[in-house]
Parts: sequence; structure tokens; C-alpha cells
Amino acid sequence: MPSWATLLSQAFNGLALGSLLALVSSGLTIILGTLGVLNFAHGALFTVGAYAIFVAFQYTSSFFLAVAMGSVFMLVLGILLERVIVRLFYDRPHEDQILVTYGVGIVLVEVLRNVFGSHAQRVPVPSWGTGVTEMGFLMYPTYRLQLIGMVAAILLALYLILYRTSLGLVVRAGIENPGMVGILGIDVKRTFLVVFAVGCVAVGLAGMLYAPVVAVSPDMGATFMVQSFVVIVLGGLGSFPGAVVGGLIAGEIISITSAFNSAYSDVMLYGLMALVLVLRPQGLFGSEGRV
Amino acid sequence: MSLLEVERINALYGDSHVLFDLSIHVNEKEVVALLGRNGAGKTTTLRTIMGVLSPRSGEIRLDGKPISGLPPSAIARVGVQLVPEERAIFGGLTVEENLRLAALTAPKPWPLDRVYEVFPRLKERRTSRGRTLSGGEQQMLSIGRALIRDPRIILMDEPFEGLAPLIVRDLVNVSRALAAEGRTMIVVEQNVAAALSFADRVYGLNNGHVVYEGSAKELQAEPERMASFIGVGLHG
Ligand SMILES: Nc1ncnc2c1ncn2[C@@H]1O[C@H](COP(=O)(O)OP(=O)(O)OP(=O)(O)O)[C@@H](O)[C@H]1O
Ligand SMILES: [Mg+2]
Repeated sequence: MPSWATLLSQAFNGLALGSLLALVSSGLTIILGTLGVLNFAHGALFTVGAYAIFVAFQYTSSFFLAVAMGSVFMLVLGILLERVIVRLFYDRPHEDQILVTYGVGIVLVEVLRNVFGSHAQRVPVPSWGTGVTEMGFLMYPTYRLQLIGMVAAILLALYLILYRTSLGLVVRAGIENPGMVGILGIDVKRTFLVVFAVGCVAVGLAGMLYAPVVAVSPDMGATFMVQSFVVIVLGGLGSFPGAVVGGLIAGEIISITSAFNSAYSDVMLYGLMALVLVLRPQGLFGSEGRV
Repeated sequence: MSLLEVERINALYGDSHVLFDLSIHVNEKEVVALLGRNGAGKTTTLRTIMGVLSPRSGEIRLDGKPISGLPPSAIARVGVQLVPEERAIFGGLTVEENLRLAALTAPKPWPLDRVYEVFPRLKERRTSRGRTLSGGEQQMLSIGRALIRDPRIILMDEPFEGLAPLIVRDLVNVSRALAAEGRTMIVVEQNVAAALSFADRVYGLNNGHVVYEGSAKELQAEPERMASFIGVGLHG
């Protein structure tokens, strides 16, 4: 039995991991819900984000400036991918969409491996995030607390775009019933580019903010990719609240289980997914009847 | 020239031929009822006018300009608005969001309050999500979404279907008021009496063919004729 202190710090790790999973998964689920494309390149885009800040950090010493540069890069990359490749696959079968995005993912990862090598790179913790914070009941690395706060702020921004703007209105309606959105005079496909690009920036930001906590390597996105698939199934395909809540639940389950026996953390995660699928096939926040 | 002209259209679902050389027209400020038994092709006619389905041949014109072949979003923007049979309310959006969404691409949308004047119940429920509405409220919202766009012509598919008599009465009154204001509409209904109470002219459809055309008054005078044509019961 692990000590309470260990459990408590694992709970915080769960929160950090969970918020990252929430951010990664919300991009994935909104792209899936709106465009109908399951983006298998999402994990690779997470990795690209981490490398983007690794490179940007060499040109500027400001963490936020590096994040801003990285975000612009992700935005441009997202626009290019949508216009040049993904766009051509909207009316193709799902297998084709999966194959092409999977292929894009492989290409991105191999380009990174070619340029930077397979070995791990380090991104330093920003100067204002070093050391540990004494919280009375727990000592916890400062940057991880800040990470939770920054991810929460980005999720809030996504929430505001989705629930307080006309674009968000069209996206939410389009996820439910794209045909009816068209009948009301709106060309849903015009939002696809924006949605894909925003999804890229979101997952890229997750990679950037995560980079100082881990070793940056070409394969770092793979685990996140698989886990975020579980998250969007848990939360309900196409549901933003589902991705956030599902991400937090998944993060806690993985971290708390690891405190007992890390070999079982994936087992527990898939076990929960199976349970949810049995009790509520549409996921926690999914609505019935959506594909 | 009529506002809407549908000229000899043929429509197919895959290989199955559903509309055969179908021609109808609707004049400005006219309400046309489209009657016919189940499977006659009424919904298909409206969906084809809206552009959800493209006619294999023939032409559809609004104000003399061809619209057939355009996507639904483009057809909506020139002022054709379908109120679909299944109502298609966005369940995750509030009543007000459903209306705001509908207004987005309208050239001269109504203010929300004008919709709420037509359907005061929607104002009471404006912050409720679509999926929590009753069938009658959903139908009001579905019609409200069309009205807020202030379209040239509204295509209503079985607006009274499956609703309680009191609610049908309210909706019939609203439809009458809209007709009296000079709104151009096509209404598809099984409830023939209700439809004839505000329609000017009637088309009878059978197996994808127009088999009857006449004024609502003529038809009301001889209901057996309608029944003999297409076997629609005069209920409601
Ligand atoms: N999506 C579809 N695919 C294939 N056939 C269809 C489809 N929708 C309708 N049909 C067929 O087309 C014909 C006309 O259907 P339509 O829905 O237009 O009839 P309707 O007059 O609206 O009937 P109802 O009163 O039942 O609504 C029917 O024979 C129907 O079975
Ligand atoms: Mg029908």
C-alpha cells in the first residue's frame, strides 16, 4: 500500500496528465465530430509541437515567446495539411481517411527523426517554473502546477470559441446534424479548415507545454494518441465536455493505478472504457444516434 | 411568372425512380398544399426543391432563375426554406442558439423578438436545450428557424403530424396568420382539413405523379373526389 503522500502526489500527476489528455483529445474529438475524419496524425502533431518549442527555445529565451512561435508554426502546418491533403479526403471512405492521416503521422515523425535524431532532447523548465512549491500538505514541482493552470486556460479559450462565437455555434450544430446546417444556409465545409487548424494548435500546445517535463523524442506522441482515442470514446465522440472530463478521468486512473502497480494502469483504463461502453455506448457526454 | 417553378423533374434514390416528370408552381403570396398517401413522393418533392436531392432531369426555378443542382446552403440563401418532417432541432443547442444559427446567413433576418411574438412559448423556453422540448415546441422552433430567415418561400413537411389536437389548433392558427400576411408556402399534410383551411391551391400526388390540381375551395366542395384520386382520409 503506497503512502498517502505518494497517493496525493500521484493525484496531482493525474491532474497534470489528465489536463494534457483533455487538451489533446478535445482537438481530436472536434475534428472527428465536425469533419468526420479520425485524425491518426494527431499524436505526431503532439510530437511536432514539442519539437517546435525545442527549436524556438534556441532562438529566444522567453518561454512564452517560444510558445507563441510554436503556435504560429502549428497553425501554418494545420492549414497546409488541411488544404493540401485532408481536404481531398472528406468525401472518401473512412478507411482512406485513416490511412492518409496515419501516413501523414509517419512522415512527420520520420522527418523529425531525420532532422533531430532518435535520441531524447531536453527542453528546459522556464526560469519562473523551477523548483518545488510547498502546498502545506504536499511539495510539488512548480512547473507542473503551472502546466495545469496553462492547460486550463487554453481549454477555457477553446470553450469560449465553441460556446460564445458564431463559428462555435456552427461547429456544434454541424457535429449534431451537418445536413440541417446546410439547409439553414450555412456551408459547413467552410469551417473545416478553421477547425482542423485550431485542433492542430491545441494538440501542438499540449506538446509544447509538456516538453519541459519529459524527454522530447520522435515517438513521444504515440502513447498520447492511443490514450486520447480511449478518452474520446469515454467522453462521447464529438463531445468537447466529454473530452475534458474523459481526459481528467483517464489521467487520474493512469496515475493512481501507477502508485500501486504501473503495469496495470493501461488495463484499468481499458477496463473503464469497456465498462462505459457497456453501460452507456454513446460515451459519457455523447448523444444517442450520432455516428 | 410564378415565384417557384418546378418543371418536369425526375428524382431517384439510387436506382429507384420516385418522382416522374413532376411539374408544380407556386405564385407569390400563395399557399399550396401537396397531398397524397404515404410514399407518394411529397417529402421527396420538398427535398428536391431544397437541393437535398438533385433532380436527374428537369428544372427548378426561383424568380425565373434555375436553382436545381445548387447545394442546399446556396438554395437557402436565395430564400427557400425547408421545415423538415423530422423537425431536425439541434438538441445540444438552446432554443435561442437554434434561432441565431438559422439567422446567420439570412440577408435580412428577423429580430429574435419577432419570432417570439409568433411563438411566445419559445421565449419562455429560450434557454432550454432543443432536446428537452416537447414535440409541439420543437415544431414551433423548426418553423421559427425558417421564419427568422424571412425566406421567399417556406416548405413545410407535415407540420402537424404527431401533435396533440390543442397544439395542432395553435399551429393551424399561426399558419393561417402567416398565409394572411402573404407568406408563400408549400405545405405537405396528412391532415387534409387542417391544410385546406389555409391553402389556396392543391396538388394531389400519387406514385410520384401529379394526379390532381385545383383550388382548395373546389376540393372542399367535393371531398370524395380527392379521396378517389389518392385515398387520403379527411380526418382532423
Ligand atoms: N432515402 C430513401 N431511399 C430510398 N427510397 C426512399 C428514400 N426515401 C423515400 N424513399 C421512397 O420514395 C418514395 C417516396 O417517399 P417520400 O418520403 O417522398 O413519400 P411521402 O409522400 O413523403 O410519404 P409520407 O407520407 O410517408 O411521408 C417512397 O416509395 C419511399 O419508400
Ligand atoms: Mg413524407
